Amino acid sequence: MSKATEVISPDTSVHHDDHDHHDHIPKGITRWLFTTNHKDIGTLYLWFAFIMFLVGGAMAMVIRAELFQPGLQIVEPNFFNQMTTVHGLIMVFGAVMPAFTGLANWLIPMMIGAPDMALPRMNNWSFWILPGAFLILLSSLFMEGGGPAFGWTFYAPLSTTYSGDSTALFVFSVHIMGISSIMGAINVIVTIFNMRAPGMTWMKMPLFVWTWLITAFLLIAVMPVLAGAVTMVLTDKFFGTSFFDAAGGGDPVMFQHIFWFFGHPEVYIMILPAFGIISQIVPTFSRKPLFGYASMVYATASIALLSFVVWAHHMFTTGMPVYMEMFFMFATMLISVPTGVKVFNWVATMWRGSLTFEMPMMFAIAFIVLFTIGGLSGLMLAITPVDFQYHDTYFVVAHFHYVLVTGAVFSIMAAVYYWLPKWTGKMYDTTLAKWHYWCSLVSVNVLFFPMHFVGLAGMPRRIPDYALQFADFNKWISLGGFAFGLSQLIFLALLIKACKKQGEPVSAKVWDGAEGLEWEIPSPAPYHTFETPPVVK
Amino acid sequence: MKSLKIAMSKWCVSVPFLFFSQFLFAQEAAEELSSLNLRRGATDISGQVYDLHMLMFFICVAIAVVVFGVMFASMYLHRKSRGAKPANFHENVKVEIAWTVVPFLILIFMAVPAANTLIAMEDTSEADMTVLVTGSQWKWHYKYMDSDVEYYSLLATQREQIQNKFTKTDNYLLEVDRPLVIPTGQKVRFLITSDDVIHSWWVPDFAVKKDANPGFINEAWAKVNEPGVYRGQCAELCGKDHGYMPVVVIAKEPAEFDAWMGEQEDRARKAKEEEQRLLSMNMTMDELMTEGERVYNATCAACHMPNGEGLPGVFPALKGSKMALEDQTGHIEIVLHGKAGTAMQSFSKMLSLKEIAAVVTYERNAWGNNTGDMVQAKDVNALATGN
Repeated sequence: MSKATEVISPDTSVHHDDHDHHDHIPKGITRWLFTTNHKDIGTLYLWFAFIMFLVGGAMAMVIRAELFQPGLQIVEPNFFNQMTTVHGLIMVFGAVMPAFTGLANWLIPMMIGAPDMALPRMNNWSFWILPGAFLILLSSLFMEGGGPAFGWTFYAPLSTTYSGDSTALFVFSVHIMGISSIMGAINVIVTIFNMRAPGMTWMKMPLFVWTWLITAFLLIAVMPVLAGAVTMVLTDKFFGTSFFDAAGGGDPVMFQHIFWFFGHPEVYIMILPAFGIISQIVPTFSRKPLFGYASMVYATASIALLSFVVWAHHMFTTGMPVYMEMFFMFATMLISVPTGVKVFNWVATMWRGSLTFEMPMMFAIAFIVLFTIGGLSGLMLAITPVDFQYHDTYFVVAHFHYVLVTGAVFSIMAAVYYWLPKWTGKMYDTTLAKWHYWCSLVSVNVLFFPMHFVGLAGMPRRIPDYALQFADFNKWISLGGFAFGLSQLIFLALLIKACKKQGEPVSAKVWDGAEGLEWEIPSPAPYHTFETPPVVK
Repeated sequence: MKSLKIAMSKWCVSVPFLFFSQFLFAQEAAEELSSLNLRRGATDISGQVYDLHMLMFFICVAIAVVVFGVMFASMYLHRKSRGAKPANFHENVKVEIAWTVVPFLILIFMAVPAANTLIAMEDTSEADMTVLVTGSQWKWHYKYMDSDVEYYSLLATQREQIQNKFTKTDNYLLEVDRPLVIPTGQKVRFLITSDDVIHSWWVPDFAVKKDANPGFINEAWAKVNEPGVYRGQCAELCGKDHGYMPVVVIAKEPAEFDAWMGEQEDRARKAKEEEQRLLSMNMTMDELMTEGERVYNATCAACHMPNGEGLPGVFPALKGSKMALEDQTGHIEIVLHGKAGTAMQSFSKMLSLKEIAAVVTYERNAWGNNTGDMVQAKDVNALATGN
């Protein structure tokens, strides 16, 4: 029994508190349209993110099909550029970020003992403007001249003077995504500050809550910067301003400074919640408390602060003064210290534990190994003189896909496999889960590892066609890509089965080493939880 | 479950090591295995960059081996199925300080050679000669600052190879009509800029990659040790044909370079004389159409497409367009001067008067545009000089 249900609040007699009444769940489409329930909104976010993951993945399949062999076979270069652009935008803003927001919605109230998010109506709104934003973005692909084709980084003047009319739709959709993210972040901050259960002090909060709190501050700090950048692109293109045009006194490189001042913290927005998830899962399956809880919190905060002073490492080839290059090189190298602390802490948590390897742990271990590979190639990229060689090649593509796919996306999958039984009350199909895991793990490495080699050998990114010496590796990369894409259909099947509530019922705790408030409420988690706050000792 | 665990640990150990070991052996014959690793290149700087790269790589491999080694050992030794009982420690100040300080020291060890190389790379002073490199959609322009020689360098791979109609040859997509030629043993400074969007001039063998920013000039330099042909590509997404914008540099011995430079100066002078001579001559329709088709396919077809239909919403069609059918003066002027605020660039530098005359004639008479208009070099000259 949970602590929550043991406490009887004086209010309950007035409201005739019985669980049937409170677990009355609205039916039909209006339940989802008008919901202010953090669990429903979490579910909406997660399904939306998964659908976007499949849409963005389909675009990656087009890219890999074209790159299967040299020469132009399937698409024209202009459409190829639209695919790389929209793939990036959808995966960043449509898949990874909403998935983390969905997890935050489901988990933060349950982890801190709150009945819901602090601002439930805003919560509904912040989700429901997202499908509109992505419909606008996707519809631009069907315009005359096609959708945005300037890369997800939309460098001016390619995105201003030299872009098509669809730029207006692109800008509008990014504005809406930004508003949604900011509202989500405000909600997280207000909830964590005000709605923690009695006794849930700052340094008792689960790490997932800590990492999301810090992420939310990053979001509030940098999403307005992105909004500023797209607005300047809009006025440069349509209203005759010259923010990024030297002929009018502007500077195209200034665009990159503004973009990456948003863009680098954005990278950590997509990885800090992942650190939180892994820090929840590893102790559970090691049956041992997290090693260095306090240092994990401080490391997360340090990474967040450092993320504001490293942005120009994305722009070493733009022609900066040599001392600026050195500053950004050293600052970037520093990030590996707190990031290293995190990895060492996870390994120390496993050390002398009592380890079992259920599905969430398998994904967490894959995360630690593969994210570390991405982190180490990031350290190589920090070294300015060699970055001149790596910059804008497939080496960079390999690096950020290791960090974002086997990092962020694998952590989201780990989270789903960890908390899904709590959400549905049933254990998912573990056979399908193992198929999904092994197929994904093998194919994702066939997909991304050889990219290091073609990058070092000199293949630039964002090209639809390439020289003959890259042909063999690209064939393997494409085959790995198709296999990874198909593997996600196994995940889809598993999720559909789980949502139909098939499978063995699970206990409240689900995993025998699990700790935290969310494991003290029944499985499936009731529609309303912690209406009376639990007391944390 | 047990077999799964064993398979897991085997896979996680063997696969990364398989990849890493490929790298280790690659070191032995690094130059030959250029499809796998960075190249040492042709300058002292590129050699230093290569050494830095390998140093970083081995440090990263060592870190990975230690971290993953401990983790996999733990996964093997401390499994519940082996009867492992969990310990309860969750902090150790000494260990935590150690793994903060040691990485920091490793970073300093990396930073020193990196900073030294960087300072050397950015020192463009006391150059022996200077070349102005200008990117535009989708070609490079080279201008030797100490002489009159300047020219465009375009992709030389045939369209049919790209469309898989002809067999692809060895230097597919890495060949140009007129490569940049520089002398060996001299410090050559590159001034890099752009006429339209941002491009990036990259020659891996020189470890030079510098963005070409419109309205600004960047600097880089190379002192090439060995004569040879060095190939690279544009490295910054610059629109539709970003993948078709190679860089080819030929390094020649100084004596050979001087001879080559003499030929180029002759060639430039003769072209000017020829241009003057042509002003007083008329070409026939057949001559104009043949020459115009050649120029069109080499220069205009990338955007306006070989069939003259353009790309709707991106690049306008010429076939049936008002300008190509009616406004002949406007037509010549837009080819000469370009159109501000659009991708249409000025071709007065790139094409001769004769070529502009031919291509305008071609555009006014191809694809059913049948205006019958003929444009001669002197008509173009009149508009170009304002007479």
